[in-house]
Amino acid sequence: MTMKKIQDKYITYGMVVIAYVLCEILMRTGIMSSHIKGLLVPMCYYAIVAVGLNLCVGILGELSLGHAGFMCVGAYTSALFSFAMEDVIPTVPRFIMALIIGVAFSTLFGFLIGIPVLRLKGDYLAIVTLAFGEIIKNIFNAVYLGIDDAGLHISLKDMSSMGMDPSGKILINGAQGITGTPSDANFTIAAFLLLASLFVVQNLINSRDGRAIMAIRDNRIAAESNGINITKYKMFAFTISAAIAGTAGVLFSHNISTLTATSQYFGYNASILILVYVVLGGIGNIRGSVIAAVILYLLPELLRGLSDYRMLIYSIVLIVMMLFNWAPKAREFREKHFAFLNKRKEAR
Amino acid sequence: MKLFKKVVSVAAASAMAVSLLSGCGSSAPSDTYKIGSIGPATGGGAAYGTCVKNSIQIAVDEINQAGGINGKKIEYKFEDDELNAEKAVNAYNSLKDWGMQFLLGTVTSASSIAVSEKTKEDNMFQLTPSGSAADCVKYENVFRVCFSDPNQGIASADYIADNGLATKIGIIYDSSDVYSSGIYQKFAEEAALKGLEIVSAEAFNADNKTDFSVHIQKAKDNGAELVFLPIYYQEASLVLSQAATMDYSPKFFGCDGLDGLTAVKNFDESLAEGVMLLTPFAADATDDLTVNFVTKYKEQFGEVPNQFGADAYDAVYAVKAAIEKEGITPDMSVSDICEKMKKGMTEIEVAGLTGTITWDASGEPTKEPKAVVIENGSYKSMQ
Repeated sequence: MTMKKIQDKYITYGMVVIAYVLCEILMRTGIMSSHIKGLLVPMCYYAIVAVGLNLCVGILGELSLGHAGFMCVGAYTSALFSFAMEDVIPTVPRFIMALIIGVAFSTLFGFLIGIPVLRLKGDYLAIVTLAFGEIIKNIFNAVYLGIDDAGLHISLKDMSSMGMDPSGKILINGAQGITGTPSDANFTIAAFLLLASLFVVQNLINSRDGRAIMAIRDNRIAAESNGINITKYKMFAFTISAAIAGTAGVLFSHNISTLTATSQYFGYNASILILVYVVLGGIGNIRGSVIAAVILYLLPELLRGLSDYRMLIYSIVLIVMMLFNWAPKAREFREKHFAFLNKRKEAR
Repeated sequence: MKLFKKVVSVAAASAMAVSLLSGCGSSAPSDTYKIGSIGPATGGGAAYGTCVKNSIQIAVDEINQAGGINGKKIEYKFEDDELNAEKAVNAYNSLKDWGMQFLLGTVTSASSIAVSEKTKEDNMFQLTPSGSAADCVKYENVFRVCFSDPNQGIASADYIADNGLATKIGIIYDSSDVYSSGIYQKFAEEAALKGLEIVSAEAFNADNKTDFSVHIQKAKDNGAELVFLPIYYQEASLVLSQAATMDYSPKFFGCDGLDGLTAVKNFDESLAEGVMLLTPFAADATDDLTVNFVTKYKEQFGEVPNQFGADAYDAVYAVKAAIEKEGITPDMSVSDICEKMKKGMTEIEVAGLTGTITWDASGEPTKEPKAVVIENGSYKSMQ
């Protein structure tokens, strides 16, 4: 690993740590408004899932539109655990266990879905991941789960068909989801998990495995002829990516108390939103994903002052940012007029 | 490239920092009552959120024109939640920064539950006009104006059984919708107690709500005399037209979600004839209050308000009544106001658009459900 790469990695960590410390100071001194305070955790989990997706899209080179589905798995399994064990286990170990369960299940789903999906590539893979994401969402939407003295009851039809004892506790109430998950997540945990996912992804990229994964992305045939086990590395990257999305899901479900598998949280729209973070931040650029997720999540909130025109302006800003960052003409323009800023890069 | 990006990110970061600071308003004791509301003004549920927003505005304007509450004016602000619980919490926090003292929201159930966790923490008074899920009012500081989903299910089953409308019931409901499945669950339980026989219960979901022929066929084959539709009016209009093409004409019975049925575009209104629904509000009722409200709404916003708006309008007057009852002044702290409101709400009686309402400490309203039948394109009370 070159000096530059190491440096690059620490800039990302530094950025997150500085942002965290700054926010903590503002919070402690009471300068930060409660509006912004409430946005900190969501910003972190969207950044986490963007980092996870960037591993899949940018490093592995496979377009996944199902990451909201993995987030959904992480959110539901962990929330289910926390909700069921709310009175049994104290907060700290409960949240740690919920986190482990959420990540484990999303890893498992990532693995299982990876088996059929990774045989495909390009558009086909994108469509199939999209379908799997929708399947996950719809299953969680249909499940009724309750617990009483006789044990667990499950139904895919409706609540009365479970035959529950009235004294029992309803865990998942179909489309109404899980209501009353303890709010265990806070900004410190969220920032820590963001750092942890950055650590995993950045170390992976700079490792032997990471180079193998990138070789597959760049030229599959050449990689295979060099003896790289394509299936193994693809599965490896995809599963880790799903696990990171699951981590974000755990934070999601422990941040707000109602969890429903509706499309605005876990549908393909949400998956595409995450993809927008990744694309705008730069495909394969991990730090970019974090910055883009933070800015794009903040933007519609900061535009609240514009009331009715808010979402319209947000869309326009999105288009402008996308063009400014990636349109060939815009890049040309930038290189021409801001050439003095680029000297460093050429000197490298 | 690199440095350029750095410049951009520094600029973005400083813009953010500035906005962080600007977000912090001074919270000096105000001389006005500050009422906030949250609902979907964009996206899927925009029709409901906008109606609530406008209706509160009408009520607030009326009160302010009449001199305010105890001589103090009301300030009102509405925030968008995009039908998303996460954004609803953000909207709540932003209203809190503005200095909100009373929350009339949120419009939808899931958001309302999420926000109630926060209002409980802050001990902020919350009155949801239309959050109908059972869990919306599980905390002491939360009240609601509309009927709860379980209550609507029970009331519907009771009404059908007590009036001998039918004994064999078919149900078509939306399993992905909290409102619809909530009513269905309680309806099914109550129907069993009342000796009604549910011969078919077919679900559809939000992704698949245009073809109802299978659902209707099943009800028809099983000989349902009455089809219960605890769904919203858009889907109900499709059910009605598809049933007509299948030569199936049972009685149809619905809840307040069917309000708006006669206004659906490209829908043969004659199909809605004879449809029965339980609704607290009918826009073409002839009492002074409704006429006044509907006329003002049409003048200002060019539309006919629905029952969400009516609930919101009543909510403002409920807050006014409780403020007067308890002598709440705007300079009290949010928590003190909440304590007084909790007491005040149980002692007031509001004669509103949706009937005469009283509350108990659980937060549930008590009002008479009105059963209406659609005749000649308008509602007629059923006896």
